[in-house]
Amino acid sequence: MSIDMSQFHQVFFEECFEGLEAMESGLLTLDMGDIDSEVINTIFRGAHSIKGGSGTFGFTVVAEYTHIMETLLDEMRDGRRKVTQPAVDVLLGSVDCLREMLTAIQNEQDVNDASVAKHKSALEVVLNGGSVPEKLATPVEQESVKEELVINTAPEVAQEEPIESQEQGWKIAFCPYLDLLKTGNDPVRLFRELNELGELTTIVNIQDVPGFYELDPEECNISWDLKVVGDISDDEIKEIFNWVEGDCEMEIQPLTKTVKAASAEKKNDSEPVSVIADPLPSPPAAPVEVKPKVAAEAKKSSAQDSDNEAAKATTAKASSIRVDTDKIDTLINMVGEVVITQSMLGLVGENFSMDKVGQLKRGLAQLERHTRDLQQSVMNIRMLPISFVFSRFPRLVHDISSKLDKKIVLKLVGENTEVDKAVVELINDPLVHLIRNSLDHGIEMPADRVAAGKPETGTIELKAYHRGGHIVIEITDDGRGLNKDKLLAKAIEKGLVEENNLLTEKQIFELIFMPGFSTAEQLTDISGRGVGMDVVRRNIQSLGGNIEIISELGKGTTIAIHLPLTLAILDGQSVAVGEETYIVPLVSIIESINITERMLNKVAGKGETFRLRNEYLPVIRMRGIFNVNSGNPTKSKEGVLVVVEGQGELCCLLVDELLGQQQVVIKSLEANYRRVEGVSGATILGDGSVALILDVPGLVRFSVR
Amino acid sequence: MTTDAQSNNSRVEQFLTFQLADEAYGLEILKVQEIRGWEAVRVIPNTPPFVKGVLNLRGSVVPIIDLRERFSLEHCEYSPKTVVIVLCVDHGASQFVMGIVADAVSDVLDINLKDIKKAPNFGSKIDTRYMRGMHVYKKKMIMLLDVDKLLNPDEVEGIDNLV
Repeated sequence: MSIDMSQFHQVFFEECFEGLEAMESGLLTLDMGDIDSEVINTIFRGAHSIKGGSGTFGFTVVAEYTHIMETLLDEMRDGRRKVTQPAVDVLLGSVDCLREMLTAIQNEQDVNDASVAKHKSALEVVLNGGSVPEKLATPVEQESVKEELVINTAPEVAQEEPIESQEQGWKIAFCPYLDLLKTGNDPVRLFRELNELGELTTIVNIQDVPGFYELDPEECNISWDLKVVGDISDDEIKEIFNWVEGDCEMEIQPLTKTVKAASAEKKNDSEPVSVIADPLPSPPAAPVEVKPKVAAEAKKSSAQDSDNEAAKATTAKASSIRVDTDKIDTLINMVGEVVITQSMLGLVGENFSMDKVGQLKRGLAQLERHTRDLQQSVMNIRMLPISFVFSRFPRLVHDISSKLDKKIVLKLVGENTEVDKAVVELINDPLVHLIRNSLDHGIEMPADRVAAGKPETGTIELKAYHRGGHIVIEITDDGRGLNKDKLLAKAIEKGLVEENNLLTEKQIFELIFMPGFSTAEQLTDISGRGVGMDVVRRNIQSLGGNIEIISELGKGTTIAIHLPLTLAILDGQSVAVGEETYIVPLVSIIESINITERMLNKVAGKGETFRLRNEYLPVIRMRGIFNVNSGNPTKSKEGVLVVVEGQGELCCLLVDELLGQQQVVIKSLEANYRRVEGVSGATILGDGSVALILDVPGLVRFSVR
Repeated sequence: MTTDAQSNNSRVEQFLTFQLADEAYGLEILKVQEIRGWEAVRVIPNTPPFVKGVLNLRGSVVPIIDLRERFSLEHCEYSPKTVVIVLCVDHGASQFVMGIVADAVSDVLDINLKDIKKAPNFGSKIDTRYMRGMHVYKKKMIMLLDVDKLLNPDEVEGIDNLV
């Protein structure tokens, strides 16, 4: 029954989206001239498992749709149909359509029938638009599928048809798990009870019963199709099956259904049977055979599915993560080491005498090392290759470049660079924006490129690598580059910059991050509204990173994003204010200066400023803003000014002294309390006490008020 | 509150009682996560005075609230007898862990819900929203607190809603 199936839905959707991604990237790499059968196979497999899965879960719309795709792909695979660009485009469209359908189903919304129908008809046009022999081949293929269905359902259909009109009753697909008998339930008793309700017909499926030697008499390898005829409420049926609810797959349906629907559903329930009744290790998944028999294929894929489901069922949560088994193995090894060390220490502690001090020290050193390794491997599990983000871009570039009539290739470098899951999730939108910019504004039209003496095809390179504790993502294009003079002129025109100001190259490039700044002559639907870049920068800053631009007119632009490897750990500078300790994120610190009270200038008797190399910076007294009264107040006559950058502006924090730099683990303050102005979180120091992490932009905002 | 105080309800619940300025208070024991001695906390800037600060409780950061100050009772110096009762507070769908400072914990009482008297209406001057009711034990009055209402983060934020 759907109660039992729904727990697999999340996994199913995840798998579908993964399949769709694989199909998409496969379709994009298809080279028109020379068809790599492996690539087509990959695409086909993707489509096939989506079809199989959606059939299993009763998403018939998806299954039907995928079936058409599959037919087309099958012909391509067998070489009966040439792979043409229009066909590939239609297939790409279908991938999008499938994604929409699945998203709709996932969110329990209605599927947009109109768009599905549109894509479906496009697919059918391609399918029927082939040459004559292909046309012949298609119906044959479908015929065999239909036959399969008919064979499967023949007995039911024959019996149901006459009954439907006059009789009421229920059709139950009852498929117990292997250990049903061990839980003390006897199916026979259930059937006896059912029989009391009405006339019971049972059909036994024994196709999953293993050979005699493998047979475990305590396992229930049989499933049943039951039919009860009579005026029975579904509550009565459910009551009978109440006891076995968690121990079986079950589908209860009223008998009054059209034959067509019944047969379609029949096909669907036949699949859970094989899925569930086959949790025994299935043979290793061999590559899909070249000549598929529908039934064999379906069985195989469902066997694969069951394998995957069994493996993933435990991780089925709102947010899950796929982890390399290698990483898990390392982790388990580490844990083993820790356990050994711990038991060794336990032994030392039991009969402790002073001559064992050396042993104890060694053990503690070992424990420390193992703990560190363990911490590292756990952090590693959260790390995902950046290809999770990058893999979406070939499609984006493909679509947009064809829309713009530009010739562009996208090069991906360092896709396996690993980065924290949270970063992966949050970096996507900014990257999409930057790539769109490169496509739209960066790369010139082919004719202009030839005129400029560049190859006709533009190149965008997306590169990721580690540097220090950061990951660097670079987007490089060989397009027209940023025009400094134009940028400056525009900025002056918009009043963002004073006319006589002399700006460095870097400052001029930074102008494009100003809100509302766009030099595009014409707005397109791709970019040019001037809202994006400031959002991009804000997003990246909120991740604790920064963004810089290097550009040369006529040669191209490189945008480099520096991000911390993980959001859970932060490089911090601890500062003392009175008896309190605060952590200032290291990324926001520009410099620190020892000062005395006299070096500060009062402005209008209230605000204070500090003159740093001909620039007046506002000063925030941490004692004042956080009402710290402890410690030695005379000390505040002199202190340390920490120059920080928050929200693109510099300001100074006046603290008592700098303590030290350290990596801190970020703990949420909101988890148990609420947001505190000027504080982004808390951390726990080495001595176990809590220190607050300053939110520099927030502090600046707070101080202004 | 009123529903709990209905006389036809004869369920027994356990309450932890504690001392605060010679008054006895009680709270549902199921809300209590642990009881620990007072230790120095980290002050959070710009919070109401009764929010003493935050504490590291095995890796999570837990705010500590002084009930004396919360109830506008006179302040007393923290002594080794001062305890922090760590509570699990339900607020909507989420749960918060918070600590309250009390002079001393006294007892765990089984109280029949029908023995809980509704808190009298003191008029608009005194807010009885945080009270679950009153219970008389050995001729002493115990004020039973409704932890979820008393410690919800919105209340902790606002100073104007003091009892």
